[in-house]
Amino acid sequence: MSITQAIGKEVKSYHWFVQLMLLLVLVGAAAAVYRFVFGLGATTNLNDRYPWGLWVSFDVVTAVPLAAGSFTLGAIVYCFNIKKLEPLIRPAIVTGFLGYSLVCVGLLVDLGQPHKGWHVLFFWNLHSPMFEVAMCVFAYTTVLFLEFLEPVGEKFGWNLSLKVLRKLHMPLVIAAAGISTLHQSSLGTFFLIAVEKLHSLWYNPLLPLQFWMSAISCGLCIIILEATATHKWMNQPNEGVLLRTIGKILPWTIGAYLVVRVFSLFFLTTGPLFDNPVMTRLFTVEMGGFVLALLMFSTTAVRNNDRLRAIAASVLVLTVILHRFNVSMFGMMDMNNIYYPSMTETLVTVGILAAHILFFVLIAKYFRIFVHSDGHEEPAQSCPSASAYSHG
Amino acid sequence: MSRATISGEPDAFLIDLTKCTGCRGCMVACKQWNQLPAEETDFFSGEGYQNPKEMSENTYTVIKFREFEKNGHSIFSFYKEMCMHCDDPACVSVCPVNAFHKTPEGPVIYDAKVCIGCRFCMIGCPFDVPKYEWSKKLPLVRKCDGCYSRIKADLKPACVTACPSAMEYGPRSQMVQIAEERLKRHPDHYINTIYGKDEAGGTSVLYLSSEPYEELRFPSVPERPLPSYTWPALRLVPGIFATVVTGLTALTLFNHRKERLERERNKEKEAEQQRTVQAEEDKS
Repeated sequence: MSITQAIGKEVKSYHWFVQLMLLLVLVGAAAAVYRFVFGLGATTNLNDRYPWGLWVSFDVVTAVPLAAGSFTLGAIVYCFNIKKLEPLIRPAIVTGFLGYSLVCVGLLVDLGQPHKGWHVLFFWNLHSPMFEVAMCVFAYTTVLFLEFLEPVGEKFGWNLSLKVLRKLHMPLVIAAAGISTLHQSSLGTFFLIAVEKLHSLWYNPLLPLQFWMSAISCGLCIIILEATATHKWMNQPNEGVLLRTIGKILPWTIGAYLVVRVFSLFFLTTGPLFDNPVMTRLFTVEMGGFVLALLMFSTTAVRNNDRLRAIAASVLVLTVILHRFNVSMFGMMDMNNIYYPSMTETLVTVGILAAHILFFVLIAKYFRIFVHSDGHEEPAQSCPSASAYSHG
Repeated sequence: MSRATISGEPDAFLIDLTKCTGCRGCMVACKQWNQLPAEETDFFSGEGYQNPKEMSENTYTVIKFREFEKNGHSIFSFYKEMCMHCDDPACVSVCPVNAFHKTPEGPVIYDAKVCIGCRFCMIGCPFDVPKYEWSKKLPLVRKCDGCYSRIKADLKPACVTACPSAMEYGPRSQMVQIAEERLKRHPDHYINTIYGKDEAGGTSVLYLSSEPYEELRFPSVPERPLPSYTWPALRLVPGIFATVVTGLTALTLFNHRKERLERERNKEKEAEQQRTVQAEEDKS
């Protein structure tokens, strides 16, 4: 049997949803090829008024906080030493690694001179938030790759490299948190240059802090959604007990974000706030989303119910997506001349999203990324204080 | 030797809109010097008697036409749109690869060789000056470079040379002085502002006008240089990184220390238990 036949047979054995994702990825890749052959101007709705569109707003500015789960959870588990959440780490690392790799793909598709992308590493401009983010994304993708090597090393039995990787574990987790703090916030710094362009409902000097704080909540909610989905559709055990713990952290992170957000709105904003009904509506929906998520995660009944918890997480994730679009697109839009993405732009972005799901499922299929056995069945084993009592 | 090295300060354009006849000689000179192709246009594509509609990859300067009401009368006015050559430019600060430079002579120039095409300069520029080669497959940014090659050869910019009435070019302080003298001499003729003197921290293009700048739809721009809005966040980057990394390291060591101590204490207790058990066994 030839390799193509083998691959064909393998693909045919996949679930129809995975096959659909594969199709969307192929269509997206074809759209990307079309964009490179005919150029940005011919294939996108970008122009001199809207130099940035869907690809910057979603594939970069939104995708980065969506992939924030890995660094947040790493810090919670290892630095704050909440060990029982450890089983959630590996899937989060895979999501992070995929997310950042696809951010790099999105960036390359969007650049007008993609063959010169490496210039960022050599022509430093410390005053540019873009330089800052590009360096961080590059460094962090490397860190995530190293973290991701652990399940790969296990699969192929590379004992030596596994030993090295386990030694590097703590430094990598801390580096991940440091680098992520920088670029999550610097994505907000991008828009501090748009002084009179971005609407006052979103423009304020604490934008970088808000980007970082909302990314933390967003990352945690993605972990909730991911664990719920893998339980429901990928035959993984229910991690409800662990997700409940994450649910207890979330009211604090969302609450802190809202305090900073409201403070900057009232005390640090210049310019009219409610002069444009469309902006007011977008702002109301966004703030409503954050408040709703806060209220839901503050309710024990919601935190303890798998379905409601997942709904609350979706509310927060959608709200953060809206916030990023408000800042990077809607808040700078000229209402008489609206930008909307072209077919090519849409297909590439859908393809990137589908690629994320597809690669996650495939990696989960071929590598050991779910480590449950000693996670929640015997909490006494993994919780140090409990084990101390049981031994004493 | 170029002009700036003689005068010791950057040169600036002074554009007196009250003296602009709207002949568009500057636009033709700009196209010729920079060898920019013509654009296909409609006569009434922009504000009115204006062609082309706006600056683009092939048009670095446009004479804009504005029509508005003043004291119940219909008024029209022209203004020249071009790169403002800011003293502390946003494009220079946001470019991740240093493709833009503010030259000591005044013009802000662009290095196409290093540009990666991220278009952050277009987002950053408060005057929306950088334009993109949307017609190309590997597009670059295009904008007025203040005829830097002419400046280097001790010539004035092409548009200034072509202008019969409204433009002057020379050391910035001298241009400001001329503008202030005109404002003083004809206070009822001019709006009492030199646009560009303080806008975006000061620019190398200065305007005088008899009509309100808002009516001409000059962009409203803060007086602080634009990079001073992003730098306060960016300069914290090393500090924040150091704080997060040391903070988390300390937290990790502390939390794991507690765990380690507990483990040691348990071992001791176990050893003690064993000792007491052994002692009892010995007794029996």
